[in-house]
Amino acid sequence: MHIAKVLLVDDEAAFLDVMNRRLEMRELSVRTALSGQECLKALKEDPAIDVVILDVKMPGMDGIETLREVKKEFPLVEVVMLTGHATVETAIEGMKYGAFDYLMKPCNIEQLIEKVAEAKAKKAKHEEKITEAQLKEIMGRMA
Amino acid sequence: MAYQKETPQTAPGTIPAEEPHAGKGAGPLRVLRRNIMLAICLVSLAPLILINGILIYYYHVAYSEKVTAHLEELVIRQKQAIDEFLDKSVQVIGFIAEATPLDQLADDHSLSDILHKTQKSFANFIVDIGVIDQDGLQIAYAGPFHLLKAEYASAAWFKAARERQTYVSDVFSGIRGIPHFIVTALRKDKEQTRIVRATVDFALFNQLVSRLRVGRTGMAFIVNRQGELQTDRTVDSEIVTSVLNSIRTAKFDGQDHMDFEAPDPDGREFLYLAATLKNGDWILVFRQAKSDAFEHLYNARRLAVTILILGGLGIVTTGFLVTRRMVARVNLAEKDQEIMEKQIVESGKLAAIGELAAGIAHEINNPVAIMMEEAGWVEDLLHEKELDPVKDAPVVEDIRKALKGIAIQGRRCKEITQKLLSFARRTDSRVKKVQLNELIEEVTSLAIQKAQYANISIRLDLDQDLPEVCVSPTEMQQVMLNIINNAIDAKSKNEGIIVVTTHRDDQFVVIDVSDNGQGIPPANLERIFEPFYTTKPVGKGTGLGLSICYGLVKKMGGDITVESEVGVGTTFHVSVPLEIPCEDGPGNISRPRQ
Ligand SMILES: [Mg+2]
Repeated sequence: MHIAKVLLVDDEAAFLDVMNRRLEMRELSVRTALSGQECLKALKEDPAIDVVILDVKMPGMDGIETLREVKKEFPLVEVVMLTGHATVETAIEGMKYGAFDYLMKPCNIEQLIEKVAEAKAKKAKHEEKITEAQLKEIMGRMA
Repeated sequence: MAYQKETPQTAPGTIPAEEPHAGKGAGPLRVLRRNIMLAICLVSLAPLILINGILIYYYHVAYSEKVTAHLEELVIRQKQAIDEFLDKSVQVIGFIAEATPLDQLADDHSLSDILHKTQKSFANFIVDIGVIDQDGLQIAYAGPFHLLKAEYASAAWFKAARERQTYVSDVFSGIRGIPHFIVTALRKDKEQTRIVRATVDFALFNQLVSRLRVGRTGMAFIVNRQGELQTDRTVDSEIVTSVLNSIRTAKFDGQDHMDFEAPDPDGREFLYLAATLKNGDWILVFRQAKSDAFEHLYNARRLAVTILILGGLGIVTTGFLVTRRMVARVNLAEKDQEIMEKQIVESGKLAAIGELAAGIAHEINNPVAIMMEEAGWVEDLLHEKELDPVKDAPVVEDIRKALKGIAIQGRRCKEITQKLLSFARRTDSRVKKVQLNELIEEVTSLAIQKAQYANISIRLDLDQDLPEVCVSPTEMQQVMLNIINNAIDAKSKNEGIIVVTTHRDDQFVVIDVSDNGQGIPPANLERIFEPFYTTKPVGKGTGLGLSICYGLVKKMGGDITVESEVGVGTTFHVSVPLEIPCEDGPGNISRPRQ
């Protein structure tokens, strides 16, 4: 059983590669995307994705933009931001837009897993509530 | 550091406050100076000279006319007096000759009686009376001289007197050997002709002329047409001759008087007034040195010219001083501008370097992250694989050590990039709330490497309760880094130590940076904040660093002071005021914490 299904978004293929390996080893199901667009495409294709690990600084569509799109189209998906030092403010800004948390690059892998797990839990709880509400609604209709 | 670079610099100790000779700036400045000088002199001197000249000229004309007119009047009056005197003499003798019976005229006693009466009643100037017959023999005489029977037939005056009813002779010495002149009247009766001759009191007559004295040199004399003096010999014959020549060339032109100027043989200019006497036989000449006659005029003129010269000198001096000060000021302003431009360039350079550093730091960060992840991956693998504890253990242990090493070095890289970023990110002068302790820690961590190379340690002694101040962090970093760099450069003989302390002093936060380096001599200490002042070797420093610091701190409302003792060390005190409010709100602070 996987802890969660994550989508790793970064403009550096090497980073994606190594993170992919390390996270999969830790029982995460991993998909990767090299840009914001790819990220959105992947989310569309794969509704099973729980958490997006998002690089803040990317060429083209940057982290904040991607985050806003993700939150708009897939509000249930949680986002953890990864940032270099130069963009801490950006990460904080991202949290205002609904990111779950942020981590500094290079980051501690255990910390990352922890954050992902927390995010996944939050998402699960959220989904559970939604299901409950839906159930209530159906039950109410039946009554 | 950024502001200790390649600028060619003025050698230490040659900062000319105003340098008129060196550099390309001297040319235009010299032209400026000359033009200002010229303008000042022209505008102020020209009217002065003009007014002076015009006034002197008109005053001269008016005054000379007045003086000449006055003298003329005097001379004419005198001439009339003399003419009257002569006329009177002639009338008296004419009357005696006409009215006295012939026999009395031949008798000494009666003649003597007549003489006394005449002298007593109205003509005291008659000295003696004689009666001469037609052959020139004096037949009767009354007077102080014993001239009876004197023979005048050959005397020049006798010939002239015989032909005229009355006659006034020129001055001559005659028989008695004393200069005198005579007045004669003719008495014709049937075939007898008598000439009545009277000697005029020469002294009295002379008084008439010598009375005419003006000033120190103004005096009169009488000459006849032959140039013989008719009065006391008070004048050089040479002068008389030249005067006569002048009169001859000038002519009286129908008038009985004239004026002219002529120099004396010694070169002195004299003013002359001449008037005819005795129907043109004699000439009354008045002369006065011009320097005497126009003394007041000349004095006034001298005074005016003196004032003009002194005033002119004053104007020129003032012009010179004002111009020099002005040019010096222009020069200084240009220097200031140069410094400002330099500062702009420096801060621009700093900004560019900052941007570059930020870019590099960020770019390096990603590969470092990847490297660290890869190392982590290897660690993961070691964890994952079931290894033979006996066969593989030493190798695995080595690999683990190596991985730990990679992790440590990776973290170092991370720290370095972090510092670079935090230093370089903002090169602006926006004011923020800054905790100076943190800023100092940051700056010293940047300087520590350089310090270590120089065998210098840096110790921080920071006041933990230090309040925040509102300054531009970038500028403050620049100031601190500069001062600390300077302290490092101070090079001590022994082990160097730099102590940075902070404390609050009333309304200021004070930072002291002390070193135990070589110290600064008092002479240099005064100039240490002067732009372009440096003691570093050529090419090593622009001498701008501290002056920029000074400018920055002054702008913050603070102050930098320095104390130093040669051989002991130097301490810089930087004080930053507390009361300066931040322009933007406190929410704007977002300095990354490490
Ligand atoms: Mg990136």
